[in-house]
Amino acid sequence: MLACVTTFALEGVSSHEVTVEVDVRRGLSAFTLVGLPDRAVRESRERVRAALLNSGLDFPQKRITVNLAPAHVRKEGPSFDLAIAVGVLAASEQVPQEALAGRALCGELSLTGELRPVRGALATALGARRCGYASLLVPEDNAPEAALVEDVDVRGIASLARIGDLLHGRWRPERARASEPPAEGVDERADLADVRGQEDAKRALEIAAAGGHNVLMIGPPGVGKTMLARRLPGLLPPPGFEEALEITQMHSAAGIGSGRLATERPFRAPHHTISAQGLVGGGNRPTPGEITLAHRGVLFLDELPEFGRAAVDALRQPLEDGRVTIMRGQRTLDFPANATVVAASNRCPCARPPDRCTCTAGELARYLRRLSGPLLDRIDLVCQVEQAAPLELVGASDGRHRSEAVRKRVVAARRRQQRRLAGTGALCNGDMDGRLTRREVPLDAALTARMLQARHRLSLSGRGYDRVLRVARTIADLDGREALEEGDLDEALSYRLDGLDLLAA
Amino acid sequence: MNGWDACDACLRRAFLVAMLAGRIAGLLGRPTTRVAGLLALTERDLVAAVAGPRADAVLEALDARDLERDRRAAREGGVLAICRHSSDYPPLLEDLADAPAVLFMAGERSTLARLHEEPAVAIVGTRAPSPYGREVAYSLGRGLAAAGVPVVSGLALGIDATAHRGCLAGGGLPVAVLACGPDVVYPRRHRGLHREVRERGLVLSELPPGTHPFRWSFPARNRIMAGLARLTVVVEAADPSGSLITSDFARDLGRSVAAVPGHVTSRIARGTNGLLRDGAIPVTGPADVLDELFGAGARAVPPTPQSPPPEPDDPLLRRVLYAAERHELVAAVAADARTSVAAARAALGRLESDGYLVRRDLGGWERALGPP
Repeated sequence: MLACVTTFALEGVSSHEVTVEVDVRRGLSAFTLVGLPDRAVRESRERVRAALLNSGLDFPQKRITVNLAPAHVRKEGPSFDLAIAVGVLAASEQVPQEALAGRALCGELSLTGELRPVRGALATALGARRCGYASLLVPEDNAPEAALVEDVDVRGIASLARIGDLLHGRWRPERARASEPPAEGVDERADLADVRGQEDAKRALEIAAAGGHNVLMIGPPGVGKTMLARRLPGLLPPPGFEEALEITQMHSAAGIGSGRLATERPFRAPHHTISAQGLVGGGNRPTPGEITLAHRGVLFLDELPEFGRAAVDALRQPLEDGRVTIMRGQRTLDFPANATVVAASNRCPCARPPDRCTCTAGELARYLRRLSGPLLDRIDLVCQVEQAAPLELVGASDGRHRSEAVRKRVVAARRRQQRRLAGTGALCNGDMDGRLTRREVPLDAALTARMLQARHRLSLSGRGYDRVLRVARTIADLDGREALEEGDLDEALSYRLDGLDLLAA
Repeated sequence: MNGWDACDACLRRAFLVAMLAGRIAGLLGRPTTRVAGLLALTERDLVAAVAGPRADAVLEALDARDLERDRRAAREGGVLAICRHSSDYPPLLEDLADAPAVLFMAGERSTLARLHEEPAVAIVGTRAPSPYGREVAYSLGRGLAAAGVPVVSGLALGIDATAHRGCLAGGGLPVAVLACGPDVVYPRRHRGLHREVRERGLVLSELPPGTHPFRWSFPARNRIMAGLARLTVVVEAADPSGSLITSDFARDLGRSVAAVPGHVTSRIARGTNGLLRDGAIPVTGPADVLDELFGAGARAVPPTPQSPPPEPDDPLLRRVLYAAERHELVAAVAADARTSVAAARAALGRLESDGYLVRRDLGGWERALGPP
């Protein structure tokens, strides 16, 4: 007898359909697994055999051949266990084959027959929806996450013993419900108002949030750069449902998800010793990197000059395209990677105040050269962080900088941008490339003259010019104006990245 | 007038140095005055010393060089070449044993004449000065310029740039001597300053257009600065440092060396205080320099014609301008000018692009010339 069962294999952060074909016929007792299985999949034979027997089901003493199709793609991990076990049951006529039509399943088996949760349940459910499967069986622990995909009838099952009843139609488990997301609203623990002083950085973060710009903060260590960056996710607009689904999918695929729908944007702060692969993803078994885990959120690079050159350079493509493309054998994998980058740096290697700095010009140049490069091209705003004055540490927190209030202004500004940029592929000002910037930020004669003068005197490069326009546009959006004013350009000019890239020359 | 009247022999020598630049860099480790001895060698000796077994190949390549084409290319790039046999060649440079065969220059040829008429002063110092050093360098540059004295410096970060800016503010003749071709901007962030000096003064180099700087070309450049100036003032210098190399050259040429006294505890005053101990002329302001050049009281600093520097009309811009001179942090500037951070940022952007302020190398701002 031959039986076919559908399951999904996690590849990167998305999943693709795998058909498990099981053939059971008379012959010498054997259990063969073909179709490029890796070690964990091959071991599945032992788990399936023991799980079936321990669940009171029959393991046929016949010649069993299992094929995982498509056969040319390498199969990894234990999530095929359930499909193989059910395939054996169907091929040995212990469950009806018709019950498998239009149904996909996945799960890892323990020897007792219990189902263990797998990574990437959400990606599996999304795959089921894409491939037109109406019903999905997953381990009970994965059910709330998979149920986030509403068009698929997700049922969670606890053990293999009941699968026979289920497929015979003698038992129907409850349809799984998505777990309630935590209450909406800004995380109370990370309110911008808690940060005293740092007015300049707060303003820059507000602009960054409003326009999706990348920021570089410069200042001495230990004055709250991390604290400030951690508050940026709370300033960004709350993620919409589709965005939240994407965030959850990334985290679930990396095995760090909470099983609930993410309602907060991620904040990732990798240490500066991270490798290029850790930052953008990849590897023999491609796993998402930090930039993908920060998708739709914030990637914080503290001590930017200390990061490896290769790691920082690897960020160039994802920051430009919003996605990471990884070649692996004959296949190309795409990881979404649309994050706002906040970088932080000391002003010089010794990090002492200017009057006590002992760095030589050479040391300084080397330090800044490490800071320069492709990443700086994607940074629109440079701001200062400072040693807070003692007086500021005891003052009352002010209302203007409550994250809630800032987020309201940011949301309004983003709405303007979405209206203006509809149909261009860009979602916010920070997404605009040079050509789009010049088309969407038209300058009248007076403003053009102003920019020409500034460009001449400040030696702005072409890209620097575009950056100023983008930031000026966001400042006007924050102010609720469609018309750009001189003041917007002036303020944007003061955030420009000058000196750093030039001093390093 | 044809700017490229440099003779073939001199041009040949200049291009030989440029062709050997990479090899010289390999031969000399740390930048020292030794480079002067090397550049004083005759063509044959220089090639033998630097190129070793490849000497013949280098000479062959030099023979094959089409000097006419080089002349044409540089003329199109707006660079002039003045050789030792030209009447425009600065006579003071002839004192150097290893005077450059050709001076490549960007700027108006007629300004060279002004270098003949007035004794020039070189102002050199550290690339990472203190606010004190910066202030002194600026006021020296401006005061000397106002008194009609050309100011020679190296367009480097720190003191050099500040001296050039002061000279420009005083309406004087700035002379920048580069360690690379006169058309190459190094460091790159001085693009704007390079342009202003070229427009209102001279940018000089012994290296042909397009040559990039080498470690040895900085001390080599220093000998030209020392050679062009009647007097060299060192404003803040560590020990050892490039500025002390310049003062060594000046002393070897028998020119006056002056230094600005600094804090005895400061690292970047060790060089200048050491010079003073060894008998350099102490300088507290432009008047000291003028007294030394022309005799006591013979020439005074004119009551600064461009002082106070121009200021914007807008009261907020003015408040921010004053505040920016005193503070390095935007938040502090905003508090001092009694305005919001956003408004202070806008005002700073405005003041910079209007030319009232320039960013300092290490953070903060300083007053600039103002709109032209």
